[in-house]
Amino acid sequence: MATLIIAEHDNSILKPATLNTVAAAAAIGGDAVLLVAGEGCQAVAGQAAQVAGVNKVLLADNAAYGHQLAENVAPLVAELAKSAGFEYVLAPATTTGKNLLPRVAALLDVGQLSDIVSVESADTFKRPIYAGNAIATVKSLDAIKVITVRGTAFDPVAAEGGSASIEAVTAVHDAGLSRFVGEEVAKSDRPELTAARVIISGGRGMGNGENFALLEKVADKLGAAVGASRAAVDAGFVPNDMQVGQTGKIVAPELYIAVGISGAIQHLAGMKDSKVIVAINKDEEAPIFQVADYGLVADLFDAVPELEASL
Amino acid sequence: MSEAVNAAERESMEFDVVIVGAGPAGLSAAIRLMQQAQDAERELSVCVVEKGSEVGAHILSGAVIEPRALAELFPDWAERGAPLNTAVTADEMYLLQNATSARRIPNALVPKTMHNEGNYVASLGNLCRWLAEQAEALGVEIFPGFAASEVLYHTDGELKGAVKGIATGDMGIGHDGQPKDSYMPGMELHAKVTLFTEGCRGHLGKQLIERFALDKDADPQHYGIGIKELWDIDPAKHQPGLVVHGSGWPLQGDASGGFFLYHAENSQVVVGLIVDLNYSNPWLSPFDEFQRLKHHPLFAQTLDGGKRVSYGARAITKGGFNSLPKMTMPGALLLGCDAGTLNFSKIKGTHTAMKSGLIAAESVFEALGKNDSAGQEIAAFTDAFKASWLYDELYRSRNFGPAMHKFGVLLGGAFNFVDQNLCGGKLPITLHDTKPDYAQLKPAAQSPKIDYPKPDGKLSFDKLSSVFLSNTNHEEDQPSHLQLTDASIPIAVNLPTWAEPAQRFCPAGVYEIVEEASGPRFQINAQNCVHCKTCDIKDPSQNITWVTPEGGGGPTYPNM
Amino acid sequence: MLTMQAAPVGLDINAKRQNSMKVLVTVKRVLDYNVKVRVKADRSDVDLANVKMALNPFCEIAVEEAVRLKEAGVATEVVVVSIGPKAVQEQIRTALALGADRGIHIETENSPESLSVAKLLAKVVADEQPGLVILGKQAIDSDNNQTGQMLAALTGLSQGTFASEVKIEGDEALVTREVDGGLQTLGLKLPAIVTTDLRLNEPRYASLPNIMKAKKKPLDVKTPADLGVELRAHTELLSVEPPAERKGGIKVGSVAELVEKLKNEAKVI
Ligand SMILES: Cc1cc2nc3c(=O)[nH]c(=O)nc-3n(C[C@H](O)[C@H](O)[C@H](O)COP(=O)(O)OP(=O)(O)OC[C@H]3O[C@@H](n4cnc5c(N)ncnc54)[C@H](O)[C@@H]3O)c2cc1C
Ligand SMILES: Cc1cc2nc3c(=O)[nH]c(=O)nc-3n(C[C@H](O)[C@H](O)[C@H](O)COP(=O)(O)OP(=O)(O)OC[C@H]3O[C@@H](n4cnc5c(N)ncnc54)[C@H](O)[C@@H]3O)c2cc1C
Ligand code: SF4
Repeated sequence: MATLIIAEHDNSILKPATLNTVAAAAAIGGDAVLLVAGEGCQAVAGQAAQVAGVNKVLLADNAAYGHQLAENVAPLVAELAKSAGFEYVLAPATTTGKNLLPRVAALLDVGQLSDIVSVESADTFKRPIYAGNAIATVKSLDAIKVITVRGTAFDPVAAEGGSASIEAVTAVHDAGLSRFVGEEVAKSDRPELTAARVIISGGRGMGNGENFALLEKVADKLGAAVGASRAAVDAGFVPNDMQVGQTGKIVAPELYIAVGISGAIQHLAGMKDSKVIVAINKDEEAPIFQVADYGLVADLFDAVPELEASL
Repeated sequence: MSEAVNAAERESMEFDVVIVGAGPAGLSAAIRLMQQAQDAERELSVCVVEKGSEVGAHILSGAVIEPRALAELFPDWAERGAPLNTAVTADEMYLLQNATSARRIPNALVPKTMHNEGNYVASLGNLCRWLAEQAEALGVEIFPGFAASEVLYHTDGELKGAVKGIATGDMGIGHDGQPKDSYMPGMELHAKVTLFTEGCRGHLGKQLIERFALDKDADPQHYGIGIKELWDIDPAKHQPGLVVHGSGWPLQGDASGGFFLYHAENSQVVVGLIVDLNYSNPWLSPFDEFQRLKHHPLFAQTLDGGKRVSYGARAITKGGFNSLPKMTMPGALLLGCDAGTLNFSKIKGTHTAMKSGLIAAESVFEALGKNDSAGQEIAAFTDAFKASWLYDELYRSRNFGPAMHKFGVLLGGAFNFVDQNLCGGKLPITLHDTKPDYAQLKPAAQSPKIDYPKPDGKLSFDKLSSVFLSNTNHEEDQPSHLQLTDASIPIAVNLPTWAEPAQRFCPAGVYEIVEEASGPRFQINAQNCVHCKTCDIKDPSQNITWVTPEGGGGPTYPNM
Repeated sequence: MLTMQAAPVGLDINAKRQNSMKVLVTVKRVLDYNVKVRVKADRSDVDLANVKMALNPFCEIAVEEAVRLKEAGVATEVVVVSIGPKAVQEQIRTALALGADRGIHIETENSPESLSVAKLLAKVVADEQPGLVILGKQAIDSDNNQTGQMLAALTGLSQGTFASEVKIEGDEALVTREVDGGLQTLGLKLPAIVTTDLRLNEPRYASLPNIMKAKKKPLDVKTPADLGVELRAHTELLSVEPPAERKGGIKVGSVAELVEKLKNEAKVI
């Protein structure tokens, strides 16, 4: 039994999402083979070979794969899956993985399971549906199981410690259907809310817009995005696009720090899937404490500057 | 939003009849109009606008439904699959003495109007969905997601002043009143006759009553607020068709009202409390009264271990016969709960609303056949109404509400027993209740504060998690649909005098007093609104006006 | 069986489309996004009885984009297709009211899996020969995010997923995609498959006259058999459960303790 895992990378660095996907493969069991498809990406293959638990790295280094165009990479993956008899093809549920894998699945005439959050058995998986408001247990009936993996649901394997062999793949698929024109890497000082690893949000307890500067200082130190509750937006403290919740952004960072937010269900609807939730609120009965992993009952005007100082 | 500016660019469409509101009254009228047109092989165009995102989305009722009017509309309603699946199997009535004890009222002493043999426990929303399908099959044009925001009048000629139709609201106006990219001006819908069936405290109905002084010979209208939840319960405790009513605890002092617990299909029950809006203590919170009611053993024994599925609230028009305004005016009729046809002695308004729609459809169809012109007043409706069982039923129950208001629950109940059971509603006295509900509040300083227990998250819940289950939402970037005539009143008048009761009577947490460094501020969370209309009714300063938000906004009730 | 070299399904790639581009748009009927989904007591699925259904928001964006292309003179006709039981005709009518010209309903008992949908759509593409197919990036019920990519594979066409901008230039579609960490622009040879992201456009409201007109626009009903597609199950839904409720953790006594826990226990900073 073997799993082919599509490595996520930018031709020079192996992205951490790959490590979570390897963890999912480990949960399935069997050999784990990492495919690094790109252009000038030997360095990535080197990093991939060191990932704990990886048995082999396949390196497809060709201009056709430089921008990971699905039209070119999908036939490569489908061909490898078939010829080498992989039973599983996995990719991180990132925009790259989501763009590629369904195309692979269709070429193999099999279904695809999106965004799995747990491995129940060799053919049965759990995945969120209805934006995470229900969890489906799904059994795959196909011989080759093509799956994207939600990173936050699997603790990453170690980036080092492995010593896999690297094997070159020479097959070149250039469909000639699409070309890379350009890209614009979001280069704001602060990450976007929906992409941030850490978010610090303020609520009505912040008192006014100027006080959000307290949160921004913490955010700068943590590389975090700054969010807000609807009450803070409605009171005019901050603009609408910072709102997290049912009618705002839906986020699931690794760390969510709620400051002066009571924790109404409509706010929770937007952040309850965060990995770790911290609440800072002066009311010890605030509902936010019922979902917070770490609660600090304190006046935010004392606690937040202290937090900033201690980071 | 300047209506004068928009009026210039609005398009118009012509119909024979335009109906505002796809509730039981409006849909019954639409169906009967088309049935007659088919029988007479006459062309007729009927259009219904509905502010909810779909028919039924804004309908909230009990409901124990009396099928009398439905059977007049469709004698074969059962074969056609009308969703009345649970016949009432048992009736129980209780008086709650305190938080733990209840006295069952022997059936023989229950006013006859509260007996439910032959009735059905159902979801009125689902019945309306079904009625809408029937109506569409007959050729009625139904437009959900479009609110009638304005009444149009003929401006010149013979018909000057008569109702000409309605305009739907503009879509895509920002909170600053400026059109956004998605701006779409409203439409004018012109009709020979317009039927207003907006339900309790219709936003346009209110304007018509005032403009045509329709209520000049009537007592002030009276209202209640009904709060309701739908629960999945342990199938072992489920008794399909069991109907429980009662009153008493937790309402105290002069606050009155009644509760209901109906066992519907699929191991579900509905539970609700109607609080009369003539209460005087500004500290009272109907929402919190309802939440603590569920801890009474009478409810807890049924709900324990269950799961709440849905929540909502809606005002109820309960003035009855004495408060009923004139229902006709040039070019239009006011029907159903928009006028106030509910029979409070039965707490039923569905069959009466439907019947008012049926009578209207017949009068309108006849009038249009005789004289196919717009803007006439359908005087024949009034005669047909007076000759109907609806009039008789409302007349017999005319004293029920006023007796409760005047004599309290116990003595009023005794009066009603004598009046309804022994005299068939024909006691030769008429009781009147002439003080409007909003004028009843006493100053906060003179009223005892009410200490509501904290919700336990199992049987009782806070407002925001309740509103969550109403599936309500409104596009955020639009002008508030809760308008203050004078923006200073909440803080300058209502707060010092009545501790701003809107914070408590709104069942959706729309109104908040926020303490800020610069002093208290009145916050309106219009997005939360469930369109119950209580604020429009109960604000002691009559300073809040509910207007229609962008169409499609508001709750999305399933199975309510 | 389809092979990985899946040739374009009878598609005439060289057809002149500059002046006569047809756009095919898919629309899915899903639970309205304002409605909270509820798992059935027996956990077999979610409860959809009497709840409000609506056009998938991402499909609404797809319709809007197609209609804008038509209004801009780039597209000549907008055809909408939906697959599912009779009720999906309601969503086709909605799309027609928003400006699409005609509808195709492929009638199936329930909403099939993404690969089956893609196979049916591939046949429609072969019949209709559109210059552009626009789908939603995902349906907000099953959250699969697959159909567009699968359709691209089956038809052998280029794909531009998660589009936030679409420009037609010559025989190429320039598609700006919302990818993790920024935007990417691709040039896609036409005909192409595009899936929409939220920021592509803000859909318009349907007007009353257009809703009435939509009732009279043509709508073809077909079955999978008519299209010669046999549907096969690739997955089996075993159960559906509500997400685990989050439990409260601990209260910390000080900022120092909080930072210590975040560093050493949770390992998130
Ligand atoms: C349809 C609908 C959609 C909604 N969508 C959203 C949404 O997308 N996002 C959202 O957030 N809300 C949403 N809401 C609103 C939601 O119900 C709440 O009203 C809102 O989240 C409350 O915001 P808050 O916690 O900042 O304010 P509050 O509830 O007022 O809480 C403020 C908190 O700050 C604390 N505090 C005050 N001062 C201090 C201090 N000095 N130090 C420490 N703590 C302090 C207080 O103890 C309190 O707990 C929606 C509601 C509805 C009905
Ligand atoms: C808690 C509660 C329990 C009840 N229990 C029972 C019971 O057990 N049995 C019983 O028979 N009755 C019961 N009733 C009363 C019954 O629900 C009403 O009498 C009945 O719904 C009235 O019907 P209607 O058509 O007049 O108005 P509604 O049912 O209120 O319908 C009005 C419709 O018009 C729409 N609308 C309003 N304004 C506009 C506008 N401007 N533009 C477009 N659309 C608009 C609304 O969205 C709504 O869909 C109960 C009511 C409540 C609140
Ligand atoms: S704002 Fe008014 S109409 Fe809306 S829910 Fe509150 S009381 Fe009811």
